[in-house]
Amino acid sequence: MNTMTLDATGYSEPANPQTVEKKTVDSQTKVGETVGAPFCDNAKLKMRNVNVFYSETQAIHDVSLDIGRNEVVAMIGPSGCGKSTFLRCLNRMNDTIDGCRVEGDFTLDGDPIYGPKVDVVPLRARVGMVFQKPNPFPKSIYENVAYGPKIHGIASRRAELDEIVENSLRRAGLWNEVKDRLDKPGTGLSGGQQQRLCIARAIAVSPEVILMDEPCSALDPIATARIEELIDELRENYTIAIVTHSMQQAARVSQRTAYFHLGHLVEVNDTETVFTNPQHELTEAYITGRFG
Amino acid sequence: MTDLTQAQVRERIEQNLAGRHRKEKLFRGLGIASIAFGVFAVLLLFTDIISKGSGAFVQTAVQLEVTYDPAVLGIEEVNEESLTWANFTGVIRQSLRERFPGVSGRSEKRELYSLVSTGAPFTLRDRLQANPALLGQTEKVWFAADDDVDTFLKSLDDSAEGFRGRTSDEMAAWVQTLWDSGELKKRFNTTFFTNGDSREPEQAGIRAALVGSLLTLLVTLALSFPIGVAAAIYLEEYAPKNRWTDLIEVNINNLAAVPSIVFGLLGLAIFINFFELPRSAPLVGGLVLTLMTLPTIIISSRAALKSVPPSIREAAMGMGASRMQVVLHHVLPLAMPGMLTGAIIGMAQALGETAPLLMIGMVAFIVDVPAGITDPATVLPVQIFLWADSPERAFVERTSAAIMVLLSFLIVMNTSAVLLRKKLERRW
Repeated sequence: MNTMTLDATGYSEPANPQTVEKKTVDSQTKVGETVGAPFCDNAKLKMRNVNVFYSETQAIHDVSLDIGRNEVVAMIGPSGCGKSTFLRCLNRMNDTIDGCRVEGDFTLDGDPIYGPKVDVVPLRARVGMVFQKPNPFPKSIYENVAYGPKIHGIASRRAELDEIVENSLRRAGLWNEVKDRLDKPGTGLSGGQQQRLCIARAIAVSPEVILMDEPCSALDPIATARIEELIDELRENYTIAIVTHSMQQAARVSQRTAYFHLGHLVEVNDTETVFTNPQHELTEAYITGRFG
Repeated sequence: MTDLTQAQVRERIEQNLAGRHRKEKLFRGLGIASIAFGVFAVLLLFTDIISKGSGAFVQTAVQLEVTYDPAVLGIEEVNEESLTWANFTGVIRQSLRERFPGVSGRSEKRELYSLVSTGAPFTLRDRLQANPALLGQTEKVWFAADDDVDTFLKSLDDSAEGFRGRTSDEMAAWVQTLWDSGELKKRFNTTFFTNGDSREPEQAGIRAALVGSLLTLLVTLALSFPIGVAAAIYLEEYAPKNRWTDLIEVNINNLAAVPSIVFGLLGLAIFINFFELPRSAPLVGGLVLTLMTLPTIIISSRAALKSVPPSIREAAMGMGASRMQVVLHHVLPLAMPGMLTGAIIGMAQALGETAPLLMIGMVAFIVDVPAGITDPATVLPVQIFLWADSPERAFVERTSAAIMVLLSFLIVMNTSAVLLRKKLERRW
């Protein structure tokens, strides 16, 4: 809905110059401290003073945020604001990008996420990820879900593995649709089914946290609604961080919402507060559609 | 610029249209012409080679009535040694003299003896060794005719006179007599596929060169594919992108452009002179060809790895797969068809390579079929080179026949590359 082009300072060409003039904010100086409530008592993930650099460019500026247990945190913000970059720090997917440097303290239940002694393999088993584009492996549906348990050696017997696959597919709401064709390629499913397959694949290793990077942006409204329902159900067992471009989606699925702007975390609050009574003018400008 | 009405604009477009169509046609025509030229060249090559070489698959044979006379053979006691060293040549000469009793005089007799191949005594020896009871008996045996007889007989198909360059009038008359009485026939040339090289065209075959080529390619494949794939995987998946990897990449591309003779010199200096590996051996040939095909395999493997969508890597990585697992479980299966195609194309290149092998001594005259990778051997293209250099007319058709064998190998390899890729290709 916000298709206006961004200029160098990050907000769009004014639709109405007069109103915008009042709202004109220099993002670098006026963002300042994060407003709202970035911290919570029952934190699963704690991030403190996070800075991320791509070679020389700084993509994330001093972000601190908690993600609570069994809570869905939505991250919103205009394109290029660093929300995906931030999300990918949480399971160290940025490690694979050349020239990417991450600073700051990250803890998952008190365990450090970064550090010379931290192995990314068990970390990623604890923090699963669902990507923007559905990316099932070009293997059978069964193999897709069974892959994680296999490489981590979770299931010792075939029957156990079958059970994990069935449970994961059930929890992803896909079991009834695919139970008769588990040996068919996962790539043959529809887009929405593929994305649910990816969710099933992620939860097959029983992660504690699931990161979702715009999981519905490639899906139609019906498939999106299915996924959103699913996210709500998954909240019972998992902690979820979701990046989304759709503010309605953020409003529907999340308990807390974090608004990012040009690499700064501008505001974090209960979702309801963010959308009804934003405390920062940039947040207000964004959710009312003045830029993005 | 003046404003144009819609009608004017349309008129101008119409005017342009004819020219555009003409250019379109010209462009298409150029493409078709280039393809036609290519097809024509290939057809010309194939007709030429097949018309010249097909004769080599047929070989003239002479039937003689031979008597295994112990006196002529010089066999007093039947044992392995006496059967091996018996005077079979004498038996054959005797039977030739009996067939044409009118021949007298030294030079005329020598002429008569040259009707059959100098390999004929070996045919006889094999028969007697297989069945010593033949001793003292008489039987009719087909022998390979001498290549001059063969050439002459085949040339009669083209002209009534025939090629008389190396055939005297007497010889022509004998050939005619034998042909008319059915004692001369053209049969399938099995010798060509069962023998190694020989100075005598009728005894020369490609078996040794074929086996040499296969052994050399085996060594090349066994070394270059794993090394090439490992190098490609490291460069593509593990290596940091910095100046060093750039330098390595440039050098791999350079290596692909180095003239193959240079690799031959390198092989001579390093493998033979320094490591003292045997000369003329498929092992050294394979090592040299490995150096030559490595860049091809590395470059094509890297391209295949690059074409694997990054989303698959991310998916696997996000599941907590280690780098090796990402590569082995996901990237490699998807890249394999491309890698195999590259490898087969590299192998096809290696199969046709001649120059570097000349440098390491695979140009030697090898009669025996090599039994292992350290035996002296030659390869098909070198065999072609050697035969093309030989003066006998019969070698001309053998050269073309060897080219046909080489080409059919190449066609089989390239076809299998296409089929393999089709079969292994997976959609994602």
